[in-house]
Amino acid sequence: EWVSEPFCWGSFAGGTGKEVDPFTVWGARKLSSCGNRFVGGLRSRCWGTQAEGARLSSSAENQFSWTPQTNLWVFSEYSMMWFKSYRITFACLSRMKIYRYPWTRLYGTSQTTVDSTEIKTFVALAHRWWDEQGVYAPLHSMNDLRVPFIRDNLLKAVAHHQPGKPLSGMKILDVGCGGGLLTEPLGRLGASVIGIDPVDENIKTAQHHKSFDPVLEKRIEYRACSLEEIVEETAETFDAVVASEVIEHVIDLETFIQCCYQVLKCGGSLFITTINKTQLSYALGIVFAEQIAGIVPKGTHTWEKFVSPEKLESILESNGLSVHTVAGMLYNPFSGYWHWSENTSLNYAAHAVKSMGQEPPVPAGFVFTGKTEELHDKDSINPSVQEELKK
Amino acid sequence: LLSCRRWSGAKADTLYDVVVSGGGLVGTAMACALGHDIHFSDKKILLLEAGPKKVWEKLPETYSNRVSSISPGSATLLSSFGAWDHICNMRYRAFRRMQVWDACSEALIMFDKDNLDDMGYIVENDVIMRALTKQLEAASDRVTVLYRSRAVGYTWPYPFTMADSSPWVHITLGDGSTLQTKLLIGADGHNSGVRQAAGIQNVSWSYDQSAVVATLHLSEATENNVAWQRFLPSGPIALLPLSDTLSSLVWSTSHEHAAELVGMDEEKFVDTVNSAFWSDANHTDLSDAAGSLLQSAVGFLKPTKVSARQMPPSVARVDAKSRVLFPLGLGHAAEYVRPRLALIGDAAHRVHPLAGQGVNMGFGDVSSLVRHLSAAAFNGKDLGSMSHLTGYETDRQRHNTALLAATDLLKRLYSTRAAPLVLLRTWGLQATNAVSPLKEQIIAFASK
Repeated sequence: EWVSEPFCWGSFAGGTGKEVDPFTVWGARKLSSCGNRFVGGLRSRCWGTQAEGARLSSSAENQFSWTPQTNLWVFSEYSMMWFKSYRITFACLSRMKIYRYPWTRLYGTSQTTVDSTEIKTFVALAHRWWDEQGVYAPLHSMNDLRVPFIRDNLLKAVAHHQPGKPLSGMKILDVGCGGGLLTEPLGRLGASVIGIDPVDENIKTAQHHKSFDPVLEKRIEYRACSLEEIVEETAETFDAVVASEVIEHVIDLETFIQCCYQVLKCGGSLFITTINKTQLSYALGIVFAEQIAGIVPKGTHTWEKFVSPEKLESILESNGLSVHTVAGMLYNPFSGYWHWSENTSLNYAAHAVKSMGQEPPVPAGFVFTGKTEELHDKDSINPSVQEELKK
Repeated sequence: LLSCRRWSGAKADTLYDVVVSGGGLVGTAMACALGHDIHFSDKKILLLEAGPKKVWEKLPETYSNRVSSISPGSATLLSSFGAWDHICNMRYRAFRRMQVWDACSEALIMFDKDNLDDMGYIVENDVIMRALTKQLEAASDRVTVLYRSRAVGYTWPYPFTMADSSPWVHITLGDGSTLQTKLLIGADGHNSGVRQAAGIQNVSWSYDQSAVVATLHLSEATENNVAWQRFLPSGPIALLPLSDTLSSLVWSTSHEHAAELVGMDEEKFVDTVNSAFWSDANHTDLSDAAGSLLQSAVGFLKPTKVSARQMPPSVARVDAKSRVLFPLGLGHAAEYVRPRLALIGDAAHRVHPLAGQGVNMGFGDVSSLVRHLSAAAFNGKDLGSMSHLTGYETDRQRHNTALLAATDLLKRLYSTRAAPLVLLRTWGLQATNAVSPLKEQIIAFASK
């Protein structure tokens, strides 16, 4: 009975001081998030009518802008959380003024890749990283694509690996790690990972989250800094650099790629996932995802900074990184899952390898089964790559 | 057992990747499967069992009275971590045909695999436990087993990080020690403590029936590779082959009759069993007429195969002290998963033994959950994350709900002597018997 009682209207009075029970909060979130769950059909009465009402009334599939229709009590919980986030935002913004200038002062002559205006958006959401059904849910589910992508491409280069810890012995740099969403899976697979992010709050969240798991504590290190700041001390030390959902936020892509090149070992891999600059990505990625459906928080992306795969390939190739794979990714907002696709006009992933200094190797075939034809087509799209190979 | 206080300390507790609560057939199989899974090579798994550790010596001559019908799908699971080989080295009985018929009419259905594959295997529960325990010991570097440990309290994590609260499940054992885990798997039977502590709603009712089990000696040695089941109005009686001369009895009947059966002397018991299988006292003229009507229609349309009713072997003796009874009921948990929690086996679903599916559904849960967890581990995912746990839930709820509903329907349909229902089921059974593709579908579904 102690589970179902809070759901009955009127039984809750006030919000402060009442101990929050994990399963009632869990239950309320379940009421509000539809998705693809198969209902056993044998739910309890007390939840029944309210659950149906909530499901019918919630229009979007994954509730990111949570509507308070469902339950007064849970709304109070959420308002408490929003209040907390506002306090953090204000605290950060006041510190931002001091932070903004040191970057340009310290590196007056060299260019920084960190866009200080981008920082603001991420600071406000710093504590929401690890909520799997929250604002960062699409990034959580993107792990189903990007972790195998990174893992399989890295394993191709090794003769044999330890079962259970396939990436052990590898050093990986996760640039723009945010709350550590991608850093932690890589750490669990055995790699030693350094995660860097310019937003202090993100690093704090990431540190806090990994502190509970002794295995991850040992394998992952977080630093609040930008890529340029660590280039000198970490030159040629990483087997892989991961820049996932990052390059659409940097100011100077050329410098960024050069820094990535410098920190990679010879034969090391660079993994990038980002958004293409097309009309479709404007319509779906900005207008629909941010403004209409609220899948992505408003102001996260600026269309001008999106990078097309062709532009990315040319920058990579001209900086000594040979592109092995470019693959499109598609997000289904109804199911909340990502899929690989031949179409790169929205999101895409790229894998490039730092050349050994000799003839760059012929790009390997597509990793995933059944898609070999598309990749060969992709190679032919980029004539500059082919010309380089002929030389 | 209910515990919902926040846990904000004790980081010194051992942190396990998976804790399986309950060391029965399904729980032990789960721990075994995870222990032998390649992607779990560096993970720590714990199995909690309230009972004492059983020391196995030589296999006893007498057969145990608790047996299970293992489907080919379950056999595949058991062989995937090497337990099936141990079972083959001990003893089991394969059966190739199954005859199910009504006591109130001539209707029968015969399941027969043309390609002479085994339809299923009758294995004693003790034999299965021995095989599982052996394989568990082989994986002892990854799987720890704590005997005589009963969990008395659970503390659940919040679904998202909140302040300083621990994100893991905390379990308090009877001796006061605590441990933490990233995923708790509840395999503690139909009165699951884990399920109750999590507050998961459970739809359940008890059938007004008890099952009587016994080990029977047949009058003469036969090939004995057929499973027999007859639906009496009081409940189904089944004879499952154990060896050339032995069979296991499972008779579900009313509580009073069950108590009577267990109490009566051996000769009377043997006579009762034989007449339950052989006597046509419950036939009525109406049902006979209706039955033969449809049968001739079927024979006209499809004159290829006419299954005549065969009689099961007659029973001569019953093993002393092998008669036991246990109550029956149905149960189904509304949710199989919560963040960092999954239910498998009888904790998630409890079924009537008439279809021989109880432990097979449990093994099916194990297969599905191991598959999902293995893929999650290979993707570096947090093992307690709902994204793959809901995949397991959807997978199994679809299969189990259908089977549970069908079994319950059959039980109710065959519990009556009322003429219209008898007619309905007579025709239904005969029609199903005539349609081979339908029978093949049924076998395929039950073999998973």
